[in-house]
Amino acid sequence: MNIAPPTLPSSPLPSSPLSSIPLLAVRNLCAEFRTRSGTVSALENISFYINPSETVGIVGESGSGKSVLALTIMGILDPAGHVTAGEILWSQSAATLNLLNTPEKVFRQLRGKDLSMIFQSPRTALNPIRKVGKQIVDVLRCHTQLPPAQLKPRAIELLASVKIPDPAQRYEAYPYELSGGLCQRIMIALALACSPQLLIADEPTTGLDVTTQATVMNLLKDLATDRQMATVVITHDLALASEYCDRILVMHAGHLIESAPTAELFQSPQHPYTAKLIAATPEPHKGFNDLAPILGNLPDLRRSDLPPCRFVSRCDQATDPCHNQPLVNTQVTETHQVSCWHPLGGPQL
Amino acid sequence: MNTPSSSLNAPISKPSTAPSSTSSSTPLLEVTNLTKHFSLSSASTLPFAPAALPQKLHAVDDITFAIQAGESVGLVGESGCGKSTLIRLVARLLEPTSGEILFNNTLIHQIPVGLFARSPYRADIQMVFQDHTDSLNPRFTAFDTITEPIKRLGPKLSRDQLKHRAAELAQQVGLPAELLSRFPHQLSGGQKARVGIARAIALNPKLLILDEPTSALDVSVQAVILHLLAELKEQLNMSYLFISHDLNVVRLLCDRILVMYLGKFVETGPTDTLFNHPQHPYTQALISAIPTFQRPLSAAVGSSGQSSGPFPRLSEAEARSPINPDPHICRLYGRCFKSSDRCQQISPQLQPISDNHQVACHYPEAFPRPS
Repeated sequence: MNIAPPTLPSSPLPSSPLSSIPLLAVRNLCAEFRTRSGTVSALENISFYINPSETVGIVGESGSGKSVLALTIMGILDPAGHVTAGEILWSQSAATLNLLNTPEKVFRQLRGKDLSMIFQSPRTALNPIRKVGKQIVDVLRCHTQLPPAQLKPRAIELLASVKIPDPAQRYEAYPYELSGGLCQRIMIALALACSPQLLIADEPTTGLDVTTQATVMNLLKDLATDRQMATVVITHDLALASEYCDRILVMHAGHLIESAPTAELFQSPQHPYTAKLIAATPEPHKGFNDLAPILGNLPDLRRSDLPPCRFVSRCDQATDPCHNQPLVNTQVTETHQVSCWHPLGGPQL
Repeated sequence: MNTPSSSLNAPISKPSTAPSSTSSSTPLLEVTNLTKHFSLSSASTLPFAPAALPQKLHAVDDITFAIQAGESVGLVGESGCGKSTLIRLVARLLEPTSGEILFNNTLIHQIPVGLFARSPYRADIQMVFQDHTDSLNPRFTAFDTITEPIKRLGPKLSRDQLKHRAAELAQQVGLPAELLSRFPHQLSGGQKARVGIARAIALNPKLLILDEPTSALDVSVQAVILHLLAELKEQLNMSYLFISHDLNVVRLLCDRILVMYLGKFVETGPTDTLFNHPQHPYTQALISAIPTFQRPLSAAVGSSGQSSGPFPRLSEAEARSPINPDPHICRLYGRCFKSSDRCQQISPQLQPISDNHQVACHYPEAFPRPS
């Protein structure tokens, strides 16, 4: 495999003295859905952290639990979902809150203001019968003390900040009058209205063209840099994540299986699943036969006898401990973690 | 279209004017000056309003291309450029405004759209749709879906023969036979894609139109389906018209690529040439927008609009309107970094630049691709 040049991207660790305290720390998070046909274990023992002003990618196939994780952090998980264990620690201005037991009244002050989210399909996430400008004004009215006369000018300013042409005219537009790329920019303007500390973008460019995708992602990256905002980009496109993220977390069937700085992940993937994902992604230099599919499917998460490693049925290197011993977390380097009995090894940085 | 209905079953052979593109063999599909304009209701329909120019959306504008037997051709372009309209015209689901479609030496555009579904040519042009869930009838089992085209257009088969044929097709597309009795909601994304492909090849079509067949699939499944499509093409000797906006996928499966922008082709050529030496600024922008592992982060994040990838990028200005476009202005004008006075005065036409490689630009330029 011919992977990224040995140049490291911008340092994954922020230079601020606060770097020892992550903005968001998730510890041993477990979530499940109780359905008539069994309990789906959607997230199991997820632990990770996000530092201020860093961009983190979460990648995985559909059904791997990426969106459930985002919704759990935002505290808007469907009522059918239950968090059974773990904590989500939010550190802001020297105070730390566990978001899981924060009263809804307090959480409402945070959500949309300090923690913000961009949803998967902008057309369904926007209110179809309300002008886009008014939708931004709603957010400003909830979370800021701006006098009513300044709401509209501020909304137009926000529209301009996401590079929407003719912002004053677009203020009056309904979502159906705008193209997919413009709707996504409205979503970004909404999410950034109160300058959040953390932005979670759930598949921000699914359904957009490659050219539009590049402009939306560049815009997100520029805004995040300008405002020193931490960003979580959830995507199934490994190549996209590699271009825009400092660090990447790989998920498979509700497990967080590997986390590493971007260049390190592509140079020496440790988990067999990560290596297979990289091999299955079409790239300019790859011929047809280099494209290796990942055989098998995600396991049925309703089963009560799930093996400790949920990739075991699709893995070539599985041995006995993979089937019956609890999963081990290996620290490969200071910033590189993998959950596997047989990490691939390979070149180290 | 005033075609005598008697011509429906008698093939309408084209008079002796042989196609000029390749003298050696007749192409399977030859599209000449195909145009589709949609009329929009305009303000002039209101009473007392001054009569305005009729508003026409130029979805497909004067397009000419050919597909040889056994060839696979990729069609790329952004949403709204007319890709879907073009394939609907070729599949005879839409009536063109003007132009000719010659399929297998027959002028199929003379068969009215309403009657085409029952014509023998319907079986020869089949489609695989983009959304595998929406394109399957939720009340049909996989068996019903696969055998539906045979029942409607194929030879009369007994129940046993149908079962045998369905099992054969399922095996061809790698669908386990026990899944044939399942409904779409009981199948995974990859399995639904296989059902959609089995339905499309049930009648051994000569031309298969694939509308973004892998865009809704995960990369792991996408690789499997791409391998399957390549195998089937060899086995059944079909021609592919493959629509996608993922150039990496098109590159793997296609011999030749057509790049479309606002209803017109801007560049056409063999896959390798187009990928390694794109000449049109729009093709270059498309290729540089593909995310890859290789590109270092700093290049991708360069200030937008500037040269950040291997090729210069297009500006973020909005695309020109496809409604009543000025025939004298290049359709990329305003987004293109090369925009000059000449681009505003004469709309560039598709010009051959080398063998099989055509570009519609006044200033074609090859950027050497860093290897």
